[in-house]
Amino acid sequence: MTDTIFALSSGRPPAAIAVIRISGPHSFAIHSLFTKDATPSQPRAAHVRALLDPDSGEVLDRALILCLPGPDTVTGEDLVEWHCHGGSAVVRAVLAALAKQENAFPLREAEAGEFTRRSFENGRIDLNEAEGLADLLSAETESQRRAAIMMADGHFSRRLEDWRGRLLACSAQVESLLDFSDEDDVPDEGLESGVRKNLADLMLDMAAQLSAPSAERLRDGIHLVLAGPPNAGKSTLLNALAGREAAIVSDIAGTTRDRIEVPVSLGGVAFVLTDTAGLAETTDDRIEQIGIDRAKQAIDSADIVLWLGAPDDSPREDAICVSAQMDRVDWVESEGTTICISARTGKNMAVLVEMILNKVKHLIPTEGSYALHKRQRDAVTNIVQLLRDAQLETDLLIVAEQLRLSRDAMDRLIGRSGVEDMLDSLFSRFCIGK
Amino acid sequence: MKTDFDVIVIGGGHAGCEAAMAAARKGARTALITFDAGTIGAMSCNPAIGGLGKGHLVREVDAFDGIIARAADDAAIHHRMLNSSKGKAVQGPRVQADRTLFRASVQRQLAAQQGLTIIAGEAADLPVKDGAITGVELADGSIVTAAAVVLATGTFLGGKLFRGEEISIGGRVEERAATRLGERLRGLGLPLSRLKTGTPARLDGRTINWAILDEQPSDEEGWTMGAMAGGRKVPQLACAITRTNAQTHDIIRSGLDRSPLFSGAIEGKGPRYCPSIEDKIFRFGDRDGHQIFLEPEGLNTHLVYPNGISTSLPVDIQWQMLRSIRGLEKVDMVVPGYAVEYDYVDPRALDRTLGLLAMPGLYCAGQINGTTGYEEASAQGLVAGANAAAYALGQDALILERTGSYIGVMVDDLILHGVTEPYRMLTARAEYRLRLRADNATTRLTGQALEHGLIGSERRDWFLRRMEQRDSVMEELSIEKSPNELAREGVSVRQDGTKRSLFEWARFPEMEKVIVDLAPLLASVDADLRDEILEDAHYAPYLERQSAEIEELHRNEAIRIPATFDYDGIGGLSLEMRERLLAAKPETLAAASRIAGITPAALAAILVHIRRRSESGGQAA
Repeated sequence: MTDTIFALSSGRPPAAIAVIRISGPHSFAIHSLFTKDATPSQPRAAHVRALLDPDSGEVLDRALILCLPGPDTVTGEDLVEWHCHGGSAVVRAVLAALAKQENAFPLREAEAGEFTRRSFENGRIDLNEAEGLADLLSAETESQRRAAIMMADGHFSRRLEDWRGRLLACSAQVESLLDFSDEDDVPDEGLESGVRKNLADLMLDMAAQLSAPSAERLRDGIHLVLAGPPNAGKSTLLNALAGREAAIVSDIAGTTRDRIEVPVSLGGVAFVLTDTAGLAETTDDRIEQIGIDRAKQAIDSADIVLWLGAPDDSPREDAICVSAQMDRVDWVESEGTTICISARTGKNMAVLVEMILNKVKHLIPTEGSYALHKRQRDAVTNIVQLLRDAQLETDLLIVAEQLRLSRDAMDRLIGRSGVEDMLDSLFSRFCIGK
Repeated sequence: MKTDFDVIVIGGGHAGCEAAMAAARKGARTALITFDAGTIGAMSCNPAIGGLGKGHLVREVDAFDGIIARAADDAAIHHRMLNSSKGKAVQGPRVQADRTLFRASVQRQLAAQQGLTIIAGEAADLPVKDGAITGVELADGSIVTAAAVVLATGTFLGGKLFRGEEISIGGRVEERAATRLGERLRGLGLPLSRLKTGTPARLDGRTINWAILDEQPSDEEGWTMGAMAGGRKVPQLACAITRTNAQTHDIIRSGLDRSPLFSGAIEGKGPRYCPSIEDKIFRFGDRDGHQIFLEPEGLNTHLVYPNGISTSLPVDIQWQMLRSIRGLEKVDMVVPGYAVEYDYVDPRALDRTLGLLAMPGLYCAGQINGTTGYEEASAQGLVAGANAAAYALGQDALILERTGSYIGVMVDDLILHGVTEPYRMLTARAEYRLRLRADNATTRLTGQALEHGLIGSERRDWFLRRMEQRDSVMEELSIEKSPNELAREGVSVRQDGTKRSLFEWARFPEMEKVIVDLAPLLASVDADLRDEILEDAHYAPYLERQSAEIEELHRNEAIRIPATFDYDGIGGLSLEMRERLLAAKPETLAAASRIAGITPAALAAILVHIRRRSESGGQAA
């Protein structure tokens, strides 16, 4: 029999309230033990009850309680929620009292993500929604949260349903050409060119999804690299963007010898800022040389480069050329500079942030869209490739084989299968028979 | 009369004959019980054998030394290779058979088989002792004993015929139903349901105006259904093609209210892919006409089978309908069409041997399992007959894999998914159809057939010779050549610098004409063997890609689900999934994965529970 599991489901105490969830076949029995209710609490209604330690009879807390009978719950099982006071001691006492019941019931503390897993296993959410939910729980910035909500709400799942439906229809048409073409009930002419057009449309739609940003990018942050010659003010700018002293600032050229990485949120978007060693032309210091090599790597793999040197020396054409030390008395603007700022006084900093956000617009999902995980992207990439191959193929039998593989990949993405679905699609479209 | 056998087969149709012959070939003392020995091998509907998917089944049964392909070749008066413009894997050989010649061939083959006895009589009861079958009780009270019984009763179980408002009891027109046996099966608690099928009217060919109709001649090429037929045997006849029209459709609509399909008299579901003409008009009313093939029923009969207008409309409507069709203005209807509704056993109650899980020794084959078609029936007859014999004689069961044959696909589909309409074979059902071609059935299956003792000496010698030839050709084709070497031999191919075996080169279009020059052995073997090898070469890259998939499937096939597995104890399964799993009782994890609606998460949960069970079992031991 399935274990009943419990865990603190809200954030780390102390907090205003702490929500403890119990899910599984024994959750109501355990709940009754703590509330001493002879009759079970009314389902789906909130009550205030004293929670008593079943062994000592001691009052642990007065809590708002909810009993939610399965399968119409988030986990698909009987579920109890106790909204306790959020002090550390209260939470600790309640969890400890629950843990003591592990001898009386098949009960244990939930493992990480176990509530979501049960929800998935009980068919309450599909794999893609589960992944969205996981992202939502770990979302730190506004754009991560938006994209995760879209995924958890099943927006991608619905898109997949649409793709799957179209793929099934194409398969059905190809199969009808193969299995019924000698019976005049299937109109041969035009059907094949129609299928090929539908396949091309589907492939383009799916390929378009691939050019959208990925979930990993969103979660791990956009890579913003600060680069330039020694002593150009990179570390000062980094500290200004991060809002704290992350890098050591001095007037001595070559102070920053290695990459410094700092996660920050700018305008609700997650960034990883990298401060690099100054790109001195030559150096005798081997450690500094290693730092310079690593800086070059960082520049190559960056999403955005802020270049603080002379615009002509910019290592990447798409770099934002920043003249960073306009507060200095000897400052002159050089030709080709994109923006002049002072990290020290804050002048033009807001404009720079705006400029950065504009530049990354295509890297983050826009309002109402979602981001795909690597697993999802790989599957979609695979299907797009199969559909592309199918289009180049003249032998209908091979086209059908590519479509079969596409259907398999699609089903794995959604978590379903069935030739019968394809046949259903086929028979609803044609009048087939001798 | 002899009354003690190893295997008894009930029914003399396509499933029953194939089952009895397979059992007898394996050396089982076999009896075939039928109402009337004269109707053995009768074709009750369309006098045609083969087609897309079905032709594959016929070739596979032939690879097991079965009788259907031989009978078809003995009687074939019209040959057509369907899908001849498309890839070999979906080409379906189809012949029209002379009914009389076909039946005579089947009866001749049965009479020549050693160890096979025909008993004319009605099987009325199935005596059971200690939960296992012990034989058959005939209607006259006599008992025939056997360790295994095959039910191949076709549409005769609870059979009911419909023609408009007329309803009569019977399995075929003018033949009675097996009513007592049907009651007995209900008594055994087998899961029975109803299906329906239909047949069109039979016409007098002398009253058809052939001259104004398009003719469809027989294929010129000399192919045959059976691999060892050695050429065509009887004269070829042409078919004609005509169509229904707007007037026909109006007449049909005027009779719909009197059709048993629409009045609710028929409960059973009919096949979507072989609908009655009234069903076609009702569901696809916008079509302006439907094609009809006028197929001669034989060399010495005037009967013509109008393929495409199966019907259970009242007889007066059938007359009007026929005479509204071009070429049939003055036609004479010899026998009106009718629908037949019959009992079938939910095939999910069967295992991969087509034996009933709940009754050791009892096997089912053909329409009783919810299928339609002679080919589907005979393929199941082969499996059920061979396994009944194996059971009775204590030999290994004959299990055909989904990855290796259409027969395997059909058995797997039936026992896992059950049926909601009469099951017909389609190439679309076989996910590995690139390797399951009609032209390579011998190579795929005859070796297995030999191991199971299903092959006569004549075919064995022929097969061994053929495989020897095949091996030597394959060895010749394994020689590797670079594009340069080929160029020196005067063959211009793509100069991509890749060294390939001749087998790999063979799939390139520029090699088509010259491959036989490069491989003299290939040129010397029979044309069908040569075509088969070249076709293998053509699809080789795709077959290779499928191998990984098939390996994974085999790994999952190796994970057995115990018969007593408790799905209720698994948390991750919805009620619907549990119901489907309980009905299908998959024997392996791979089989479970093919049941509709079973998700990867559910499979993972099942796998975890199997492991846990075997671990705790290990501790207990």
